[in-house]
Amino acid sequence: MSSLTLHDVRFVEPEATRNYITQDYGALSWLFTKDHKRIAILYLISITALFILGGFFAVVMRIELLTPEGDLLTSDTYNKFFTLHGIIMIFFFLIPSIPAVLGNFLLPLMLGAKDLAFPKINLLSWYLYIIAAVMGLYIIITGGVDTGWTFYTPFSTQFSNTHVFGVTFAAFIVGFSSILTGLNFLVTIHRMRAPGLTWFRLPLFVWAMYATSIVQLLATPVLAITLVMLMFERVVHVGIFDPALGGDPLLFQHMFWFYSHPAVYIMILPAMGVASEVVAAFTRKKIFGYQFVAYSSLAIAFLGFLVWAHHMFVAGISVYSAMIFSFLSYFVAVPSAIKVFNWTATLYRASVSLMTPMLYILGFIGLFTIGGVTGLFLAAIGLDVHVTDTYFVVAHFHYVMVGGAVMAYMAGLHYWWPKITGRMYPEWWARLAALLVFAGFNLTFFPQFVLGYLGMPRRYHAYAPEFQVLNVMSTAGASVLAVGYALPLCYLLWSLWYGRPAGPNPWGAVGLEWTTASPPPMENFHETPVVTWDAYDYPAMMKAMGETQNV
Amino acid sequence: MSEVTLGGPPPAPQVEEHHEHHPFLQHHFEDLGQQHEASTLGMWMFLSTEILFFGGVLAAYWIYRVMYPEAWAIGAAQQIWWLGAINTIVLIISSLTMALAVRNAQMGRRMGTVYMLIATLFFGTIFLGVKMYEYTKHWQEGLFPGAAFTFQWPQNPALVPKIELFMTFYWCLTGLHALHMVIGAGLLIWFIWRSWKGHFGPEYYGPVEIMGLYWHFVDIVWIFLFPFLYLIHGAHHG
Amino acid sequence: MMLSDFPLWPEQASTVAPGVDALMTFMCIVCGGVSVLTFFVIFILAIKYRRTSENQLAQDYEPPKALEAAWIIIPFLIFMFMFVWGSWLYFRIQRVPENAIDIYATGKQWMWKFQHASGQREINTLHVPVGRPIRITMASEDVIHSLFFPAFRVKSDVLPNRYKTMWFQATKTGRFHIFCAEYCGTQHSGMIGWVEVMEPVDYQKWLAGGAEGSLASQGEKLFQKYACNTCHTNDATGRGPVLLGLYGTTVTLSNNATVTADENYIRESILNPQAKIVKGFAPVMPTFQGQVSEDDLLKLVSYVHSLGTQKTAVVPVETPSSKDTSAGSPLKPGAGIPPQKDKGATP
Repeated sequence: MSSLTLHDVRFVEPEATRNYITQDYGALSWLFTKDHKRIAILYLISITALFILGGFFAVVMRIELLTPEGDLLTSDTYNKFFTLHGIIMIFFFLIPSIPAVLGNFLLPLMLGAKDLAFPKINLLSWYLYIIAAVMGLYIIITGGVDTGWTFYTPFSTQFSNTHVFGVTFAAFIVGFSSILTGLNFLVTIHRMRAPGLTWFRLPLFVWAMYATSIVQLLATPVLAITLVMLMFERVVHVGIFDPALGGDPLLFQHMFWFYSHPAVYIMILPAMGVASEVVAAFTRKKIFGYQFVAYSSLAIAFLGFLVWAHHMFVAGISVYSAMIFSFLSYFVAVPSAIKVFNWTATLYRASVSLMTPMLYILGFIGLFTIGGVTGLFLAAIGLDVHVTDTYFVVAHFHYVMVGGAVMAYMAGLHYWWPKITGRMYPEWWARLAALLVFAGFNLTFFPQFVLGYLGMPRRYHAYAPEFQVLNVMSTAGASVLAVGYALPLCYLLWSLWYGRPAGPNPWGAVGLEWTTASPPPMENFHETPVVTWDAYDYPAMMKAMGETQNV
Repeated sequence: MSEVTLGGPPPAPQVEEHHEHHPFLQHHFEDLGQQHEASTLGMWMFLSTEILFFGGVLAAYWIYRVMYPEAWAIGAAQQIWWLGAINTIVLIISSLTMALAVRNAQMGRRMGTVYMLIATLFFGTIFLGVKMYEYTKHWQEGLFPGAAFTFQWPQNPALVPKIELFMTFYWCLTGLHALHMVIGAGLLIWFIWRSWKGHFGPEYYGPVEIMGLYWHFVDIVWIFLFPFLYLIHGAHHG
Repeated sequence: MMLSDFPLWPEQASTVAPGVDALMTFMCIVCGGVSVLTFFVIFILAIKYRRTSENQLAQDYEPPKALEAAWIIIPFLIFMFMFVWGSWLYFRIQRVPENAIDIYATGKQWMWKFQHASGQREINTLHVPVGRPIRITMASEDVIHSLFFPAFRVKSDVLPNRYKTMWFQATKTGRFHIFCAEYCGTQHSGMIGWVEVMEPVDYQKWLAGGAEGSLASQGEKLFQKYACNTCHTNDATGRGPVLLGLYGTTVTLSNNATVTADENYIRESILNPQAKIVKGFAPVMPTFQGQVSEDDLLKLVSYVHSLGTQKTAVVPVETPSSKDTSAGSPLKPGAGIPPQKDKGATP
């Protein structure tokens, strides 16, 4: 440009205040962005919307379950609600939550890279997600689906007359969104690390994302092809899973769980990564047994592929395969235990700050521990015969998925919120919300363990009267939980306008993401950083950062 | 979509002011070497996803093959084995021309690359043509599963549903494979155009190489499908 | 007080229930104990080492690395103990006692149909005698269901393409829940019923009322109705194998494989006769797929079963081999037949 126009004068700002948010304006600059940070924001908005929708279904179900009679909803509506709650929360919230929002935003920052390896594919992932979500919404409006999120055959192929095809197609598409995100992360971690950033200098969040991405890359295609066969069977009326035509309905369960058990690790491994980051930052200490924690993520990813049939102990597998899968399931519990004990040990002689992210993570450790140990109950085959398909299982996976993954997501969101938006949220409100979520969660789901052992089967629209007291407790807890989730929505939005500016490193945390401005500039770093320190090297890094801040 | 499969790098105008940069170097990479490595690794990972994708159907195929060996043998006997053999040869030749295209791109021979890509496209089209002929024939013979399945096996009518199951896998597997071929052919057209424009050379031939990886993968899938779907009837003894 | 309408622990009403509850109690104590201990340690550490000034760093101290080994090995050993106990209990739950009474169950959207060997039929209610092992053989007419007796601590999925079995022995009389535990469509939560455990005398009385002849005898009528008896004669002259004494024996097939003649084998031989041809016979039997209902199929199977237990002089197709391990054939994933059934059947 030879001469400045009026337009230029108004918008050319000092370099430091130009960041990824203020770089360009207008809806199109967001919808066609290739910047990983902006795509993370797009994901943040979309998964929040779907979380609210999935939560709505949960709340209505809990209200229905206040009384033993099915009096609020019809059976069909109730069945559709729990199906949609499951599908939305798993495929459209939990699986993309930490990877697609926090991972997208932070991975290049933590690696000292300008962007993910394939920015266009990253944008494509979001569009696939949106296409699938729109299909899902269309199906909800036009009648829903009632198969349960597990789509068990032959119910889904022959008997259900709801929109099974549309929903499985949506799940198929969102699966590709997940695959492409995983692929992008793997290549980025392999090829885009800053000079000096060796594998064992990586933050544990990156290790967790690496393990997650492997699972996304290798498990999701099996679900995709299983759903293709299901759709083919439904449309053409062939008998891949139809016993009358020589098919085997159990084959569907094997193939479905071959993906869907590892999918549990797609949801929980990133949560463990967030936990490591937050524990390190709020104890100002290197995570005890860094290498064990790093390798345990890979161990979980690997062993996670070998335990799928523990969902099928009463479904019709032989006694010996049941024993093998029980044995392997206990194996996969070991690396999870390693992590919990290592986080605990990190607290020893640390400098512990109980700010909001740390509160969430301490809650995460507690709830994940309960979710994890109740998994041991379910892996004991003789006990599983009684508790499988009951509320015990419902409580178990909500402890892992909501108590684990969602708590960690909330922790990560609060921890990196200043980095993402450049603003601080009101600390006291945030602590209140964290405590409400913790209390409400336990009140909601702990009674369900008892309900399950008493024998209340899951997916029951009406139930025996002796189960009512515990169900009322559960519903009461759910209302507290709903308030606990609504609060952050309010104060985080509030903070966008009224929050105190955060500065580059409000927590005094170590990590490449804290060395750049908040919000980060479009290119993340003005110069590619050269890494000469280990992860969480607090003494050295605090010294170095003190010097740079004084400049 | 095409760019996506390849992680391919189209022109990045925003770095044009840095004249020392190659026009196809994307801004977030340090140099062409890093870009090439990243794209190649990305393609390998994509192919590992694809292996699991095909692997899912193949696993189901094998389970039922073990359960219903007779039906599988009868089903395979309905295929014209020599058409499958011709297609196998055609695809192997196309893999050779694809490899030669990569070599030409690497050596900076612009028209050599174009001709080899055209040859690859030609053989790919022959494959699809033969496949279409087979599909039409199967349809006419009532070998499409579902309502259109009118195939009879008087020797043992109880086997008909299982033969239909075989044909289900036949259509699923070859259909998925053909879909990959069609996508590959589309990509080839785009690559012919780009090679003709002279986008590739010794410095920058990564996309052609990645296209080659994809094409070879699709070939290899066929090399598994051919015996599984056409030849197993010979291996079956009562 | 109000504990009667607000139970926290389910009623124990079967022989395996105390065993399941014992494992449950053990798990609660060990897992609960370790969890509470961990929370306590976290709580103490978080308070004791809380940050007192803004710039306070952690102490430069790392716990010994040996801890790492400790919390890999110790949990693993505890887990293995749980695994062994769980598997042992599972074997107990799966192994059917030899003198079990046979009852047949059919799951159907959305009801449970039960048939007693004497021919009594009932829907959504099951009468059983106390103190006697009951073996339930079951199949589904449509989707997958799951038959669940919480008071007995047993459940099993009910599949549309094969028989599964479960057993229990009630230890007290009374009325206990039956639930469907596998989601099966609109009225899934209505697919419930009651099991009435009665004194054996009362059970006999109940059985005596209104039966249409035993299940096996109804099966015998069907056997004639479908003209099975024209080929399956009682001497070796028929075109089909002799069925007398067949049940529970090991059959050699035309491809020299062997198979145990259990319910699933008999069922398959009716529906898909060509799947397994007995050595020395021609594949001439037509299929009965789609012609015989699940109820009738159970009657036929019950009849063939009864032929097998009649100790006749007819030589079985082959003497049973006690070393047979074909159950849970690796060729059919998920098609496992609980092997203890073989053990129960082989002398």
